[in-house]
Amino acid sequence: MLRSRRSEWLAAFALMAPFVFIYGLLFVYPTIKMIELSFRAAPLIGYGRWIGLDNYRRLWSDRLFALSFWDTLYFVVLSVIPSVVLALVVALGVNRLKGWMQSLMLAAFFLPYILPVSVVFRLWQWMFDKDFGVAQLLIAPLNDGQHLSIFRTIPLFLPAVALVTVWWLLGFNVLLFIAGLRNIPVEIYEAASLDGAGRWAQFRRITWPLIWPVTVLVFTIQLILQLKIFDQVYLFSQGGRVDATIVMVEYIYKQAFQLNKGGLAAAASVVLFVLIVALSVLQYQLLRARGAR
Amino acid sequence: MNAVAARLQRLRAFDRIGLIATLATLALAILWAFPLYWGLVTTFKPDDETVQSGVHLWPQHFTLDNYAHVLTSTKIGFWYVNSLITSAAVTVIVVGMAAGAGYAISQLRFPGRRLCWWLILASFMVPIPALIVNHFILMAQLGLVNTLTGVVAPQLIAPVTIIIYKQFFDSVPKDFREAAVIDGASEFQLLFRLYLPMNWGVTTALAIITFIAAWNLFLWPFLAVTSEDKMNITVGITQVHDAFGVRYARDLAVAMLAALPVAVVYLVFQRRVTQAIMLSAGIKG
Repeated sequence: MLRSRRSEWLAAFALMAPFVFIYGLLFVYPTIKMIELSFRAAPLIGYGRWIGLDNYRRLWSDRLFALSFWDTLYFVVLSVIPSVVLALVVALGVNRLKGWMQSLMLAAFFLPYILPVSVVFRLWQWMFDKDFGVAQLLIAPLNDGQHLSIFRTIPLFLPAVALVTVWWLLGFNVLLFIAGLRNIPVEIYEAASLDGAGRWAQFRRITWPLIWPVTVLVFTIQLILQLKIFDQVYLFSQGGRVDATIVMVEYIYKQAFQLNKGGLAAAASVVLFVLIVALSVLQYQLLRARGAR
Repeated sequence: MNAVAARLQRLRAFDRIGLIATLATLALAILWAFPLYWGLVTTFKPDDETVQSGVHLWPQHFTLDNYAHVLTSTKIGFWYVNSLITSAAVTVIVVGMAAGAGYAISQLRFPGRRLCWWLILASFMVPIPALIVNHFILMAQLGLVNTLTGVVAPQLIAPVTIIIYKQFFDSVPKDFREAAVIDGASEFQLLFRLYLPMNWGVTTALAIITFIAAWNLFLWPFLAVTSEDKMNITVGITQVHDAFGVRYARDLAVAMLAALPVAVVYLVFQRRVTQAIMLSAGIKG
């Protein structure tokens, strides 16, 4: 018995070794170092002296950090809410269809989701191009017949990037909603329509309450994802005006890699870290609550 | 008679609403497909046609010159190979590590098991972009900046893969295990001859989605590499500019080539991709 216990341990350690090595080196160690670095006045690479909470105080009074915080929230509102609502509408529409029609429609909405962000960036840069973009055909009449450089117009920048993001990620939400809709037994609808319930009543009394948990799931996933926004915002603002719009990861990038302020960047990272972990714990609790039912 | 008429009328109204809903969905789907179609069709147009006014849904003079130019005079070959190597490495290491760790945590009892599981759940909640600063410092200390190893390393934190493997291994019936143990199978034989073969579908799904995610990743490869020869394709196509200025069709041709592998993988393995996405979102599909 003792021997088999020992061989079980040995096998376990052998199987866990790659995991322990990778997580130790690339997750636990950098996390601890990040927290330590946030208390130092350090450049990106090199030694810095211990300054306690000074980096956090500086963040608190830094207008650019405040801007990055509010712009991130603004972007989250602009991208998450439309993408969840629109995805539910699309899922209801696609779910009614059958066979190849359904597959084709689903593919149309889902294909953008698997594209690399750089490709999405190139496509929409071309769509919105100031001189030759097709979208200018719609924009010009709204702008006194003048073409408009959307991504160089500051008030339009984040809404436009949010629009692109909704286009890019909608398919993911649609997929989860369709899975949720398929889990609703057809018999419930049949029984309801025998009782004379109309479409709206069926949606309000059956579909909506049963799809609600999926809605919460999609919403929290998108919320956490969009708080980490960097790629699109960075790509579309490349070569443009400086700091008119900035999101949190962009702020971290700027402090660390452009201004060489490792300590301050680490402090900003800790803030983002705490924000997202808090939201993730909430999401995990929601998922567990669903699983328990 | 009246009841039947009323019912018929309701059915007709039903159909009209249904038809409107279908048409609206169709319109939206066309709208959604348009940017991708438009980008693709532009790559087949000569330069003077891309700057023409009006919307031409098909090129008047179909040409492959843009692709020929991009393939011969940019570093796209390097970027493609770099993306392939790093994405394949990430996929193999992540799936291998996750299968082992998932099996050990699901089937074996050993000291530190709960700590490891807790660590996995913790890393599931942690935003990797918040670690970029210290990942970069670590890679600099290890001398891995501007290397493909440096691009791969931070991508190996993939807790969802382990969680999914654990769930699937948990649901393998105990009878199989006991029968194999009586036949004298070791833990490794159990994993490779029983647990993995019973879950090939999951392994395929996880491998495909890990590969797509690695291929598409932008932020870390963008930070880890500055020399053009070491860039991934997602970074190369946005950071290196043609000396001849803006040429829309060429820029889009490069983008289409960058999207090609993931688009093909998706179209071939559609069901596996959707399964993997639902699994990682916590919905058993």
